Amino acid sequence: MSRILTMSRAGREALDWEMERRDDIFCLGEDIYKFGGIFGTMDGFGAKYGPERVISTPISETGFIGMAAGAAMAGMHPVIDLAYIDFIGVCYNVLLNTASKTHYMSGGAVKVPMTLLIGTGGGYNNAAQHSQCLHATVAHIPGAKVVYPSNAYDAKGMLHTALRDENFVIFLTHKGTAGVGWMGTPIKTTLSEVPDEPYTVPFGKVKVYREGTDVTITGLGMSVHESLKAADSLAKDGISAEVVDLRSLVPLDRDGIFASVAKTGRLVVTDEDYMSYGVSGEVIASVVERDPTVLKKPPIRVCTPDIPIPFARPMEQAILPLAGRIADAARKLM
Amino acid sequence: MALTAELRRSFYEKMCLSRAFDDAMIALYWEGKLPIFAFGAGPLPGELHCSNGAEPVGAGVCGALGPDDMITADHRPHHVAVCRGVDLDRMSAELLGKKPGLSQGKGGHMHIYDPAVNFASSGIIAEGMAPAAGMALARRLQKKPGIAVTFLGEGAANQGAFHEVLNMVGLWKLPVITVVQDNEWGVSTAKSESTAVERNSDRAAGYGLAGEYVATNDPDDIYEATVRAVERARAGKGGTILELKTARLQGHFMGDQQAYIPEQMKQEDPLPLYRAKLVKLGVLTEADADAIEAAAKARMETAMTFAKEAPYPDPSEAFDHVFAGGAQ
Repeated sequence: MSRILTMSRAGREALDWEMERRDDIFCLGEDIYKFGGIFGTMDGFGAKYGPERVISTPISETGFIGMAAGAAMAGMHPVIDLAYIDFIGVCYNVLLNTASKTHYMSGGAVKVPMTLLIGTGGGYNNAAQHSQCLHATVAHIPGAKVVYPSNAYDAKGMLHTALRDENFVIFLTHKGTAGVGWMGTPIKTTLSEVPDEPYTVPFGKVKVYREGTDVTITGLGMSVHESLKAADSLAKDGISAEVVDLRSLVPLDRDGIFASVAKTGRLVVTDEDYMSYGVSGEVIASVVERDPTVLKKPPIRVCTPDIPIPFARPMEQAILPLAGRIADAARKLM
Repeated sequence: MALTAELRRSFYEKMCLSRAFDDAMIALYWEGKLPIFAFGAGPLPGELHCSNGAEPVGAGVCGALGPDDMITADHRPHHVAVCRGVDLDRMSAELLGKKPGLSQGKGGHMHIYDPAVNFASSGIIAEGMAPAAGMALARRLQKKPGIAVTFLGEGAANQGAFHEVLNMVGLWKLPVITVVQDNEWGVSTAKSESTAVERNSDRAAGYGLAGEYVATNDPDDIYEATVRAVERARAGKGGTILELKTARLQGHFMGDQQAYIPEQMKQEDPLPLYRAKLVKLGVLTEADADAIEAAAKARMETAMTFAKEAPYPDPSEAFDHVFAGGAQ
């Protein structure tokens, strides 16, 4: 059986299934026991699993994420809710120097299996400290896997995969895609038919969301859905766009990106993260390092420019990589 | 456990072994670094933070722990590792970056991991505190025995992690002993220049923890204070900040000439003091003490031979162990 779920409900189902069967999983984070986490991934878990396994913490991200790393080293698989990626500044050292490097620095003698759930992104007027994506900032850390589902089917399957992984996995969800009440009506393309039974979605494989022949548009998180809207608009002009969801930043499916661009010959890279030194450049490098001759035109990046996210709606809407900018870029390539 | 003659003898043995470890490493460290000093030169490259002077901390604290207990140490880990019983041959090989090293040459001296004796260390200041608390939390969830002990310097007590972690240790009554090794210096910054209170153990009141300060750098006193902290932890009465006055006889790292230390603040070597005490108490004869020192040096010679003769890892191994479960 399957039913249509939001990303939030689908992810919750994976975590619930694993927690029911495994004693090594426990949850840590601010406001998770009574509140269920900012995206509802742990909704109702407090009552179901009790305060020992669903631990609401003080506002001490360095402390509790570091504790999670220690618990993982001692044989547990902690699941941490860090509501907003903007908060990694206060706990970055744990990500950078402990959770990601202990396995390597111990020559493989110590494992740190833990899953860090983080919300990303803007588009809802929350200004520069609560709207960032910053996924390049975490994907740049060697030793951390970074995944970023954009729909309910992948959210459930990739969370099962993360919870069964022996490594530190940073599991990102764009706030606007999660399907939680305070972000408005769920975006239709984030909803999926989700099987009742558990399943895994492997890391490191792109998902071709929509097939096309004229131009490849890559995206992740919310920019996948903006790319799909752009593809609808381009179709009206007779342009066939292929929308590729990266889904996983570490590992990155360079083969999958290249295969699509080799087919279409044109590339628009969308990314809600800041443009410079980020994923968008990495996607282009994945193509041109292998064979630049597959490109009929130079690729175009549609990203958030290198400025703090502004608060006022007209400014924020202008700088985000929304469907209009994406479609304009694709048209320029024709 | 009472302070038996046997226990005191074992403290002296461990202190001498730790000193022999550092002395052997210091001797090798200078190879290739004279007349021009460079961290990266010679057969023992990188920074080297030695434990000379802090041996009583390792001997006294580790002497009060059991095999299920878990330790995280900091960038100056040798005395704790040696006294905990970390594999001496493999630790020596690790400092030289050799394949049979504890981390196959990927860790070096600040990153010592030996799961067989529940030992880990981190080179980032105060960064071992939260993992130690997490290990204690894990054992609670697993319903397994074991308390956690984290070692840091007095300078680390001013890190944010200290506040965050100790608040949770107090809040959740976790069995965690926080050993603050007060050697008076955070690199060149004196404790009086960095810390608003004279004793970090006084900060325990702010976290609902017990606090104790031991001023002597004597393993007997350190052991007895640790036993009290261990008893509280095992009884479910929560954590302790155990601040131990100790010494740093070799500078922050090798090559640090310590010109910033005034003559009147020069620190005393605890080994001859403890030797004289044990001889005076009749625990050891002078001949016993000489034999212990000779045995420690001989053991380290074996370890250094093992380390020097061991092969280096192949450069291609740099790509192993980025992730568990094989390359992606």
